[in-house]
Amino acid sequence: MKGKAWKFGDNISTDLICPGRLFHLRSNLPELAKHVLEDADPDFASKMNRGDFVVGGRNFGLGSSREHAPTIIRLAGASAVVASSFARIFFRNCINVGLPAIELDTSGIEQGDELEADPEAGVLKNLTKGTRMNFAPLPSVMRKILDDGGLAEHIKKRGDFELAD
Amino acid sequence: MGQTLSEKILSDKCDGPVKADDFIIARTDVSLAQDGTGPLAVRQFESVGFTSVANPEETLFFLDHAAPSPRRELSNDHIRLRDFAEKYGCRLVDIGEGICHQVAVEDHVKPGDLEVGADSHSCMGGALGAFATGMGSTDVAVAMGLGRTWLRVPRTFKIEVTGEIPRGVQSKDLILCLIGMLGADGATYRALEFHGPVVETMPVSDRLTMANMSVEAGAKTGIFASDEFTRQYLAAHDRERDFKEIRPDPDAEYERVIHINASELVPTVSFPHTVDNTRPIDQVGDIPIQQVFIGSCTNGRLEDLRLAAKMVSGRKRARRTRVIVTPASQRVLRNALDDGTIKALVDFGATVTTPGCGACVGVHGGVLGDGEACLATTNRNFKGRMGNPEAFIYLASPATAAATAITGKITDPRELV
Ligand code: SF4
Repeated sequence: MKGKAWKFGDNISTDLICPGRLFHLRSNLPELAKHVLEDADPDFASKMNRGDFVVGGRNFGLGSSREHAPTIIRLAGASAVVASSFARIFFRNCINVGLPAIELDTSGIEQGDELEADPEAGVLKNLTKGTRMNFAPLPSVMRKILDDGGLAEHIKKRGDFELAD
Repeated sequence: MGQTLSEKILSDKCDGPVKADDFIIARTDVSLAQDGTGPLAVRQFESVGFTSVANPEETLFFLDHAAPSPRRELSNDHIRLRDFAEKYGCRLVDIGEGICHQVAVEDHVKPGDLEVGADSHSCMGGALGAFATGMGSTDVAVAMGLGRTWLRVPRTFKIEVTGEIPRGVQSKDLILCLIGMLGADGATYRALEFHGPVVETMPVSDRLTMANMSVEAGAKTGIFASDEFTRQYLAAHDRERDFKEIRPDPDAEYERVIHINASELVPTVSFPHTVDNTRPIDQVGDIPIQQVFIGSCTNGRLEDLRLAAKMVSGRKRARRTRVIVTPASQRVLRNALDDGTIKALVDFGATVTTPGCGACVGVHGGVLGDGEACLATTNRNFKGRMGNPEAFIYLASPATAAATAITGKITDPRELV
């Protein structure tokens, strides 16, 4: 995966990603996706391109458990979310909806940097800066869910969770 | 080595001793979704191809966030949830019956349970000695279908509260203070386990507020041992048979032990736009408030409404401050009607709305105007939370809310109680 970095700050809540005032659009995900991250950057959805990366600081995705938040980031076309740290429910939801979530120190990534990620190898390259960073692999249960394309597909295919390799 | 409360409960749910950091598949006892997360959960349930619900009596759907529905799209979501609940024999908690977490603890959650909810404040069930945690729609849909979920057993922070809570200070101030200390991500992936003489003499209503807000420090759950107060609470809800004693082993291993001397606590306020942005009341300054909101799963219980009513009775609300009171459940509303609480609040000038989430979620029932400030007894003050990113939300206790409703600016309740 390769694309541009869209940089956001610390503590980006699911209210900023998927505002509560758009509650009525939750069963209309394509429409909701047009508003992704709107309260953090009003034109984000129209500016970003497919394949780009959403890059956050600390505690990305805190707040409500609404799975719609990572779902609309994925529907908008982002390849992955990269953050220095994630809120727990959001991280789990990313994997469940098939959106790679990469945890590493994002302080050296700037708005507009060209990034390339290889989740298999656990490597994120910053092509603009010429740097390379490693990230920890997912626990095996999450890796299988992500590989299967999300939790619903995973259960459909395997009938249950699989903890071990 | 002994076990923490979380290790104990989760061992029981997967028939083997587990310890922190283990990955497990565990049986769930209660699963719930609300009208914001439920429609996606039922679509995912169907897309997996489930044809039945593992435990229908303890599978709960709530019409609470948009209740009564303010929009056609949401009414259609309600239809979907009503149909699903009827088809699979699940409980549908209708508009006006109450907020998911409140009704769950009134009627369903038991000590020793594993509760999963498609709502982040599902951790509130921990106040009854359950392992209760929030997840997304798909996770909960799968738990509804399989009756199981996967979990990583959390490490635990033990919070030891000694001393005595001063007059005019509440468990809300205690938890706000703790969140301020830990930070919004200070307990990520951890369980918060509450102990000490203050907690042991604290009624369940106050424990619920603390368990509810544990997620605001990033925690997976906030949990209390069950005891005589838990038994009384269950008995008061005609469920004494659901009581069981559950406490951690004396030699349980904690990642951190945090001591709090309650005697030093003061009323505490979270400033916009993060919950951990807390200030003691004497450092708040002069902040005019246009809307006071008393309600939510955090502080919309009878005890909260009663305290507010007692503080405001015989007075009139500040002319430029509207006051919205939303009981957390129909049971709370009924009791508050019976004991005169509602009348006192209405006489004061409050607007009392349908039990449910109301203004908390920003869909209806008290959306703020541009530049307006609200003092709320809720659990979140993120930008946009109450429906308007141009507004400001301050979080505080019901006592601080009542004091503020009288004066029209954020006010120390100790001056009035
Ligand atoms: S009252 Fe507020 S915090 Fe509680 S469940 Fe409803 S929307 Fe969520």
